[in-house]
Order: sequence, then structure tokens, then C-alpha cells
Amino acid sequence: MNRSAISTHIILICGALFMTLPVWVAFATSTHAPETILREGLQIWPGGHFLETYNEVLFVEGGVMKKVTATAMLKNSLILGVGFAVGKVIISMLAAYAIVYFRFRLAVPLFWVIFMTLLLPLEVRIIPSYKVVADLGMLDTHAGLIIPLIASATGTFFFRQFFRSVPDELLEAARLDGATAWGFFIDILVPLSKTMIAAILIIMFVVGWNQYLWPLIMTTKEENYTLVIGIKQIYQVLNEGGELPQFQKAFALTILATLPPVLVVLIFQNWFVKGLVESEK
Amino acid sequence: MKRVQFEHSPIPYLFVAPQIIIIVVFFLWPAAQAVYQSFLLEDAFGLSSQFVWFRNYSDTIFSAAWLQAFWFTIIFSTLVTALSLGLALLLAVKANEVIQGASTYKTLLMWAYAIAPPVAGLMGNLMFNPLIGDLYGFMNAVGFDFDHKLDPYDAGFVVVLISVWKQVSVNFIFFLSGLQGIPKSVNEAALMDCKSPTRRFWTITFPLLAPTTFFLMVINITYAFFETFGIIDTTTQGAPGGATTTLVFKVFQDGFRGADIGGSSAQSVVLMLLVLALTVIQFRFIEKKVHY
Repeated sequence: MNRSAISTHIILICGALFMTLPVWVAFATSTHAPETILREGLQIWPGGHFLETYNEVLFVEGGVMKKVTATAMLKNSLILGVGFAVGKVIISMLAAYAIVYFRFRLAVPLFWVIFMTLLLPLEVRIIPSYKVVADLGMLDTHAGLIIPLIASATGTFFFRQFFRSVPDELLEAARLDGATAWGFFIDILVPLSKTMIAAILIIMFVVGWNQYLWPLIMTTKEENYTLVIGIKQIYQVLNEGGELPQFQKAFALTILATLPPVLVVLIFQNWFVKGLVESEK
Repeated sequence: MKRVQFEHSPIPYLFVAPQIIIIVVFFLWPAAQAVYQSFLLEDAFGLSSQFVWFRNYSDTIFSAAWLQAFWFTIIFSTLVTALSLGLALLLAVKANEVIQGASTYKTLLMWAYAIAPPVAGLMGNLMFNPLIGDLYGFMNAVGFDFDHKLDPYDAGFVVVLISVWKQVSVNFIFFLSGLQGIPKSVNEAALMDCKSPTRRFWTITFPLLAPTTFFLMVINITYAFFETFGIIDTTTQGAPGGATTTLVFKVFQDGFRGADIGGSSAQSVVLMLLVLALTVIQFRFIEKKVHY
């Protein structure tokens, strides 16, 4: 190896450490006893309290919250992540199908309505959105958590782009065989879009799992907290003082909140990169 | 448009209906409400309200607190965008050059995409915790009189650091895919003409990456404006004295904590205009594809 190759490796190793070390330290620290952490600070090597801490956080009531365990929050996060991803894919595929394959009078105005969502991120309409959901009686429900988030301009554009690249002959042939609009969609377009769907599902699962502001204002009851929201609460508990601060639990909770989306990204790395790069453009 | 399409029928309306209903109920209606409320002044109990034209705008937007948040947001998003783009570009160029271990580096540099901003915020906050945080100890040991609970610059440093850390991976993924999209023949031709790798980078590679860079700038500014809410909320909460309050955090604070619906709505409308401006810029330039 020549000198420039070595410097390349050094830069990359520094970059990799910068991105990885904080999470590793969080994990290592979570496996130590609270006394050790308080005495010695953050830990770089794992300690012997892994089972104890994670068992308490995951399964014991009052371990992290008053009544709720991390397992319950994990379940809520999963529902949000999966519901968000599946919901986005379904409604954007349907809308894209209508826009590409049908000639109807309102096609162009409706396309612009979908486009408008790009201009209205949740943050700029947060209080009225909260009011709408409250008026509909959807606070603290899974539907209220998921449905307002699943309109998707990027998803619709992505599938629109893909459907346009599907050869016209397919529809001609299907129509000769007497396919209905719904039949063509389900039997031909959906199977053709399989890899696209998978890529979008992966991205959207991660995005959905990581939602913060909306669940934060939507959920008032502990049993509806997702992990990402639960984290905020334990942090407040930590600051209140009183007993020995349970830093190991806070770290364990950050690790639990991180693990599922990280695993999804790592396992489906290629699809994930494809989905991210293509859906954003 | 497709050459072959289905005939006129109510079917397409059924297909777009779910999306459109959600948009009308949860996007357009609330946005219209925000605009409407930005012109109203409610009494303390929310029982009666009065139409006050632009008073909410002039009251909140010209207040010292809003201007402070505005300038912090500008400086913050500039720093986050510049630092995370610069770092990601460096790493992507190196990861594109390297042969041994290329896929390992790639994985290690991109996986943090999956971490939620508030989770990153909490991790960072714990590392800067005066009781256990080694980063806090380190900053003081190397001679800074570091206290992010009291010093506005130190607090700013913490939120910028965490926000950059969180954003490097996305930028890295896009830069790497941009670099891999440059044809081999271009690189080979450049190699014949120019010996200096630095000059080759700035005269050939970087201009070819211009569309990616521009697109990422918009993405990063949007991120720094909006998504960093989770980081601010789990670290400084805008403290000390509002020094790390972003515009979005202020909308949330005034609306939910302060129950100042009119003022908060007026701020929301200003943010909508900012997003509109960003989107227009993005589409004008991206449609044209920035090329030199």
C-alpha cells in the first residue's frame, strides 16, 4: 500500500469510529451497574449487568415507566412503523395508478393537491392538526397516530414514475383478455412493482418508527407511548433526582429504540439504498 | 401520460380518494386553520376571539425572542448543512477510492441513518451529562470552560455536533451513489490529463456532483429547520435563555406550552412561506440540473 492509500484508510476509520463509537459506548454503558457508571463515567467495555438491566427494562412494570414496560412500547413502535409504511405504499400506489392509467377531468388539479403536501410539513400546521384529530376523537388511538401521517407526495411521484415506465402493451394485452381496472392493478402492476414496494417499505418503516413530534402530542397515556417517545420521559425521570440516577436504563432504552430500524437497514442494505436514492429524487 | 388508458369512469376517483381525503382533512384544513387563526386574538379562556389583522405577525415576528430564534436557525442550519455535507463528501470520496474493505466502510458510515433524531439527542445529552459524561469532562480537561447548561455557545456546539452526526449518513449515501454514477471513462480521461488528485477532484469530480450537492443542500436545510426538533427537545430544550431555540421549536413552545394560538399560528404561516421558497428554489434548479 502506498502512502495515499494509507491516509484514505485512516480517514475512513476515523469516520467509521465517529459514526459508531457513540452508539457502542451507549450499549457498553447500559450493561454496567448504576454505581459503576456514576463512579467511573461512560464505559467502553461491556459489563456484567446486561441481563439484569434489559430484563428490568423490557419486562418489569415500573422498570422504566410507572406502568409500562419497554416491550409494550416496542409493540407500539412496531405498529406505527409497519402501519406507516404499509399505509403510505397502499395509498400512494392507488393514487399513482389513477393518475397514470386513467383520463379524468380532475387529474391535474388532484395531482397538484398531492404535490401541496410537500409544502405543508407537520411542523407548520401542528396545532390545528392536533385539534382535528382531537375533534374526530382519535387521540390516543393507533388510527389517529398513523392515518394523518400517511399522505405521501414523494411516494406517489415515485410510483407514478415507475408506472410510466411500464410498457403500454401490457395494458393493451390485458384489456384484450378482458381485465378490469382493479384486475390489471392487482394481477399485473402490483407483482411488477415488487422490488419498488420492498424498497419503499423499508425506508418508510424506518421513517415511521422514528416519528417523534406527532406521537409526542398525540399520545397522552403511557400505554400508547412508542419507544422514541418513552425515551423523552425517562430522561425527565432521570433529571428529577431522588434515588441513584438509572443511567444504564436510559442507555438501554436508546439501544432498544435504535436496534429494530438499524437491523432493517443492515439486513436490507441494498434495497434500502436504492429506495432512498430513487424515492427522494 | 399513457398512450393507452382506461375510459372515463368513476373508478379513478375511488383510487385517489383515500389519499385526497387524508390530505384535505389532515393537511389543507389544518393549514387553512393556521392561516385563519394567525389573524385572530383569543382571550385567555379561548371563549371569544377577535379579528386583529396582522397584529399577531407584528407582535411575534418583531419580538426579540422570535428574531433571536430566527438568527439562531439561520446560523444553525448553515453550520449543520456545511459541516455535514463537507464531512460526508470527504468520506464518500475516500470510500469510493478504497478497494479493501469498501463494503464494511460503507455499512459503518451509513447505518446511523436508522437512528431517530431524538434518540441521537438523548445519547448525546447523556455523553455531555456533567455527572457521567466523558465528553463534558474532556471539553473541560482540554481547557474550555465548558458548560452547555449556562453558556449559549457551548449549548449551540452540542446541538450542532449531534445534528451533524445524525445527518452525515444520509449525505454520505447520496454522495457515494453520485460518485458511483460518474462513468469510468471520465475518470480515466481525467487521470491521463491531470496528475494531481486534488485538482482532478475540484475540476472534474466536484462539478459532476453539483446536482447531488445542490439537492442535498435543500434536504439539509429542511432537516436543520424541521427534523432537528427532536434533537433540541431532548438536549437543550432551547435553553439557555432561548439561545438554541429554532423557529420550529418556538412554534411548538408558544402553541403548546404558552397556549398562544394566534402568535404560534402566525409563526407557522411564516414557516410555510419559507418552505414554499425552498421548494420553488429546489424545483427551479433541479429541473434545470445544475451543470457547469
